[in-house]
Amino acid sequence: MIPNEPIGRFRFMNEQRVNLDGFATPEPELGLVAFNGINDPAPSLIINAGRIVEMDGRGESDFDSIDEFIARHGIDLSVAQEAMAIDSTEFARRLVDPNHSRKSIVQLASGMTPAKLAEILSLLTAAELVIAMTKMRARRTPSNQAHVTNRSDDPLLLAADAATAAAFGFRELETTVPVAADAPSNAVAVSIGAAVGSPGVLVQCSVEEAAELALGMRGLVSYAETVSLYGTEQIFIDGDDTPWSKAFLTSAYASRGIKMRVTSGGGSEALMGGAEKCSMFYLEARCVALARAIGAQGVQNGGIDSASVAGAVPGGVRSLMAENVMVMLRNLEACTGNDALMSESDVRRTSRTHPIFIGGSDFINSGFGSIQRYDNMFGPSQWNSEDIDDFLAMQRDWGVDGGLRTANEVEVARLRRRATEAVSAVYSWLGLGDFSQEWAEQAIDAAGSKDISSGDLMLPLTAARTIMETNVTMLDVIAALAENGFDLEAQRCLDMLKARVAGDYLQTSAIFDEEMNVLSLVTDPNEYSGPGTGYQPTPARQAQIDTIRQQRSVADLLVEQKSFGNKNIFATGSAEVSYDPRDVVIGVSPATGKDIWVTLSGLSVADAITEILAGLEEEGCVGRIVRINDSLDLGMIGLTAARLSGSGVSVGLQAKGTALIHRRDLAPLANLELYSVAPTITRELYRMMGINAGRHAKGATPEPVRNPYSDEAIEARYHTKVVSLVAIERNCVTKEVPEVMELRKS
Amino acid sequence: MNLQIGFSGKNVSEVTVESIRRGDITLDDVRIHPSTLSHQADVARENGNPQLAENFLRAAELTGLPDETVLRYYDALRPGRSTAQDLLQIADDLAAIGAVKNSELFRQAADVYARRGLTAK
Repeated sequence: MIPNEPIGRFRFMNEQRVNLDGFATPEPELGLVAFNGINDPAPSLIINAGRIVEMDGRGESDFDSIDEFIARHGIDLSVAQEAMAIDSTEFARRLVDPNHSRKSIVQLASGMTPAKLAEILSLLTAAELVIAMTKMRARRTPSNQAHVTNRSDDPLLLAADAATAAAFGFRELETTVPVAADAPSNAVAVSIGAAVGSPGVLVQCSVEEAAELALGMRGLVSYAETVSLYGTEQIFIDGDDTPWSKAFLTSAYASRGIKMRVTSGGGSEALMGGAEKCSMFYLEARCVALARAIGAQGVQNGGIDSASVAGAVPGGVRSLMAENVMVMLRNLEACTGNDALMSESDVRRTSRTHPIFIGGSDFINSGFGSIQRYDNMFGPSQWNSEDIDDFLAMQRDWGVDGGLRTANEVEVARLRRRATEAVSAVYSWLGLGDFSQEWAEQAIDAAGSKDISSGDLMLPLTAARTIMETNVTMLDVIAALAENGFDLEAQRCLDMLKARVAGDYLQTSAIFDEEMNVLSLVTDPNEYSGPGTGYQPTPARQAQIDTIRQQRSVADLLVEQKSFGNKNIFATGSAEVSYDPRDVVIGVSPATGKDIWVTLSGLSVADAITEILAGLEEEGCVGRIVRINDSLDLGMIGLTAARLSGSGVSVGLQAKGTALIHRRDLAPLANLELYSVAPTITRELYRMMGINAGRHAKGATPEPVRNPYSDEAIEARYHTKVVSLVAIERNCVTKEVPEVMELRKS
Repeated sequence: MNLQIGFSGKNVSEVTVESIRRGDITLDDVRIHPSTLSHQADVARENGNPQLAENFLRAAELTGLPDETVLRYYDALRPGRSTAQDLLQIADDLAAIGAVKNSELFRQAADVYARRGLTAK
């Protein structure tokens, strides 16, 4: 015990990463509560002569600007009476009942007030939310969005990383700036990089509302998302907007044929000190109702910047997912958070994302940090480039389409080179700046901006100013690409501009596939109605999900083993029974000297045998190597060897490295010592095994050897290899009698 | 409905990398046409979202306005920027060019902003 300190068990627990997270006692006065706030109203709706005169307990003369906009634009009066009269539990059940279509549900939901939808969704358990999400999201095919940013707004790195993100399958890329004035340069660099990586990747640059729209008007970005809504009037005004200005902004984007969605998320009002004693979930219900009312096609929510505020209170993480489902109920595109990092704990952040990952949404992450945490200028994301392989493995584990795919290293290297070349050419052609070859080479190789030492930190700012002052548009970028031989990329950038003319990607949940087809609520509607319906990956897409670059086949392993082939170990003839009391047989498995040359620890089979021989020699015994050809079972190998052994003691060794000491009078599965965890058996241990076998042979007392213990996931690392190695051993099994083997010193 | 006609009236099939290179193309050639937005409004309504349809119809009215004007009108609607009178003036200007839905939006704003203290002081 340490005075004034908790006991060791608690000191140890306190050190775990989850305890870096803040956990709040619910404070309803401050809005620090997920559901059931003090001022959350009971649902109500009174319509008089075709006009809403009371909504959620508030008369129209008391409507604030948010109530007013929702009441005048957001509620479908033709179904409102019917919708509000439905029992909330009954409606909640429909969300998970395949017999009620998505279409019928969204139609009724359009007549419901914020408090009504909040009441309904607070009834769903976590598992029910997963089903509701599967059923209610607008687009059939799930997708994902990436952040592409870096600390220095380095255009070459942005382009290389944008191309990389596209290669990994992201269909929307979101950039932002540490230096606000750099924004136009970032927009150009990411748009070029995206075009290098894939056709049809949407690009946005998150900056102040008016500046973002101006970039869109010049064609430098292809969608917008940072159009924030808040659930209380005061915080809305603090955000320098009103529902009317946001409605107008929404129309302004559509008037230029540019896709946009709004951003909200529970906890932001509490974080900004203006929750008005309402719960996070109720305030978010107001935001989502407003999003529909102003005519936005979609919402990014699920906490976003305030996700950790929601995460700090009981039920908060569930409320974040319920926010996303609410967006789906309002028949809007759902870009489902999992954006700002909400926990220092890998377990908690995975737990927060996982139900949405398996439920499937329009965009699982509203910003997967495709770059490293330190380069994410939104702040570290819930998922980052550190986690891409984890995410791909999770897709494979569950057979789930999370929107990503494995990218081939050689191909990514090629794309990164192409992206830096394209940006260099365009910047130079348009007089935006010149990049050194050294800078470009570093950007191609870089895992992050810390790997780049030769960048010019002033270049992005100069480039951005020139873009604004000389009125560079996407047309100029396209011309510059074409003039410099980047015809493919010029065409892809042009295709994104031309998509604005048709306007199909303004519809709910629209993305482009790689053939520039629009996938949206209209063209790719989600019609899930129970098992066997809804989204099923095509065989080609399933193959992408299943085939990660780390997977190995038996054939791969054979080739790898062959590369370690050793001519110095070979059979010389059949083995006889010995009567020499110093004789200890080392029984080796059928693949020894044929197909398996390296044990799981990385030590060669020859070296393992050499150590055992040396150990025997130390004890004055003579080792004899005998290959047991008719069994791969280590017990049988050891026992067969012991029966040939003059001393009656043997060492059995499978080529993968597992070993034991056997004696001829024991049952096959019994043994004197077993070294079962092959990946952890070192040279020293094989020698120790030889020594102990010698002592057993002489009747002396061996020093027991403990199997080395590791807290690492040894089985996860090696079990698949074991299956393959055992299969190789099995192929080597013959009816041949045991053979003596010679091991020459190399 | 021909979704191929840009705001300028040019068919997008004429917009090629080559024609851009020659300098024959302006942003108006790759801007959406108001009739296309009207069509998209119909699609949105058929797909259960009359509010999205309304947005597209407001947008259709804004296609004819220069970028600067659109940005200026947006700014006018931000809190504390305009008096109710300023907002009503814009509503009149919008009505004069046939932008009736946007005009109505400004009229409503003038009313609500005055009531909620969101007008310029």
